[in-house]
Amino acid sequence: MPEGATAATPISTSPTTPAADSAIADFLRRLRRNSEYFAIPVFALVIAALLFSLFLLAIGRSPGDFASYVWRGGFGTSFSLQNTLQRSAPLILTALAVAIPARIGLIMIGGEGALVLGGFAAAAAAIPLIGVLPPIPTLIIMFVIAAFVGAVWVGIAGYLRYARGVNETISSLLLTYIGIAIMNFFVEGALRDITNPNKPSTKPIGDAYMIGKIPGTEVHWGFAVGVILAVLLHLLMTRTTFGFAARVTGGNFRAALAQGLPVGKIIVACSMIAGSCAGIAGFYEVAAIQGRANASLAAGYGFTGILVSFLARHNPIAIVPVAILFGGLVASGGLIQRRMDLPDATVLVLQGLIFIVLLVSETLYGRFSFFRDDKAGERK
Amino acid sequence: MNSAFAIVIIAMLGGAIRVSTPFMFVALGECLTEKSGRVNLGQEGTMVLGAMVAYAVSYHTNSPWAGVLASGLAGAVLGGMHGAICRLPRVNDVAVGIAMMLFGTGVAFFFGKPYIQPTAPRLDSIPFGNFTSIADLRNALDINPLFFIGIAVALGMAWTFRNTRWGLIVRTVGDSAPAALAMGLSVDLVRFLCTAGGGFLAGIGGAFLSLSYPGSWNQGLSSGQGLMAVALVIFARWSPVRCVLAALLFGGAGAIGPALQSVGITQGYYFFNAAPYILTLVIMIATSSATRSARDMPGELSMVK
Repeated sequence: MPEGATAATPISTSPTTPAADSAIADFLRRLRRNSEYFAIPVFALVIAALLFSLFLLAIGRSPGDFASYVWRGGFGTSFSLQNTLQRSAPLILTALAVAIPARIGLIMIGGEGALVLGGFAAAAAAIPLIGVLPPIPTLIIMFVIAAFVGAVWVGIAGYLRYARGVNETISSLLLTYIGIAIMNFFVEGALRDITNPNKPSTKPIGDAYMIGKIPGTEVHWGFAVGVILAVLLHLLMTRTTFGFAARVTGGNFRAALAQGLPVGKIIVACSMIAGSCAGIAGFYEVAAIQGRANASLAAGYGFTGILVSFLARHNPIAIVPVAILFGGLVASGGLIQRRMDLPDATVLVLQGLIFIVLLVSETLYGRFSFFRDDKAGERK
Repeated sequence: MNSAFAIVIIAMLGGAIRVSTPFMFVALGECLTEKSGRVNLGQEGTMVLGAMVAYAVSYHTNSPWAGVLASGLAGAVLGGMHGAICRLPRVNDVAVGIAMMLFGTGVAFFFGKPYIQPTAPRLDSIPFGNFTSIADLRNALDINPLFFIGIAVALGMAWTFRNTRWGLIVRTVGDSAPAALAMGLSVDLVRFLCTAGGGFLAGIGGAFLSLSYPGSWNQGLSSGQGLMAVALVIFARWSPVRCVLAALLFGGAGAIGPALQSVGITQGYYFFNAAPYILTLVIMIATSSATRSARDMPGELSMVK
């Protein structure tokens, strides 16, 4: 009896067109296999939310209130949604600064430094150009300089990794501290705007030179540029020879060397791409929001960007929705602070919790047979 | 000019002793963790949390030493978390370190907000400069007992690593997990205990920041010391005694800015503030190599190639 049953099954499920059937089955199998990369991070987010709710209950606050304020402050109204998109722009860009090196196996966390220094360089470059050049060429020059300075800053960490074996995680974070110190040095000294007594800043670039909003919205162009860069970098990493070489380098460094791939150039190039993304984030913070460079540039976007990239599994496309989610969280921080009488570090606690739970969830990959299809003979 | 130079040198000496103490504790903690074959990049968060807990406990109990103990325990909890998470398969210890850095800092800022204003009792220093009438020298020789405790811990650790069964166990686990398994040791348990112990020491380093020098709690208290400690341990080639010497070097570098400020040179203040970071980077470049692993490195360490 059992033999007959097993023999009958393939016949009954085989329809008239075997080719179409196998294509659909193949698609479903791939969908099921890849859904693991979606399901486990979402599961981690849910667990982190539950833990954070317990934390709020323990200090006598209502998790329901918190959720409703995040909704209202981040997504609920047209105004808050646009605010969220605006804040997600630097998160997309700094997350890309983590994701691209991660593809070659490097954990670079220098996005904050590249953002600050890129923004500062853009503001400094604008000072002699204001009133000399019209706004558009000035902004283009600022953009290029910010991207270049960011590229150099993270590129240093990449070069040191390749040429001297210096650990890139430590060096990129050290470069962040050094970058912030360089900005402070100039902003409090040679480039300080003496007419502004409040906060040491560079001279403002002026309203005429500020970058505009995307038509019909209150969102600046940095968001659009972030999305475009995410798509372009995804294509670069998945559809080009360079991306293939980079992935080989990340997958097996020795194999890449043996193949004669220019690993040094690939490492430095990926680091520079990463740094220029963060530098561009700094450009938009200066040219679209702050209008000048000062200590507010180091607002922690670079550090939240690390979490965004890890949560998106270093996939440039997935970074966009994750960045919007965290942009909403950052945007609602002020409302939560005022209405619930919680310190501004609340968002930081939640982010840290999500990060830890997410990394713990890494251990779950490959443990559920639902996502696997390695039954013998079934694999195509 | 000559006397100004002397003032700077004396201020740097005093500064080196003061600034090096937290470095010493974090570096010793990281040394213990790395000896067992794991890297904890979260020491930065541990220090900030330690500083906050020490200040809060000292404020409520009026006993700064209770604060020091509490900061150590808080650090051990964070270290223990790191140790427990990293034993899971497929989990990257460097990434967990970054997460613990964010988490520890966030928790410290969250609970530390009410303690920014009030003044907590601080740790008393021991005046060693009573023999001299030079005020600057007396000031420089006001040395906190934690400095000597740190040196004692370093000597004790070095002796333990070299001469005891416990030291052998930690070194074996750090050098070769298969060998440790063959000896019937629990690799995960040893690493868990070493990371928790390392967190304890880093927490005390944080306590020094808030209870002695600079001596108050605020959000910018620890800016990278925990991270620099990781580089410092590489530079010290995983020897506790060399960790102390390296910490003194870093302390001296960190004291340049304030020392110059004391004689009225304020220009380049931010540059001199960046001196420890630049020194760390230079040291890392000088001691690393692309082709061979660092000397005396525990064989199981993943991050330092």
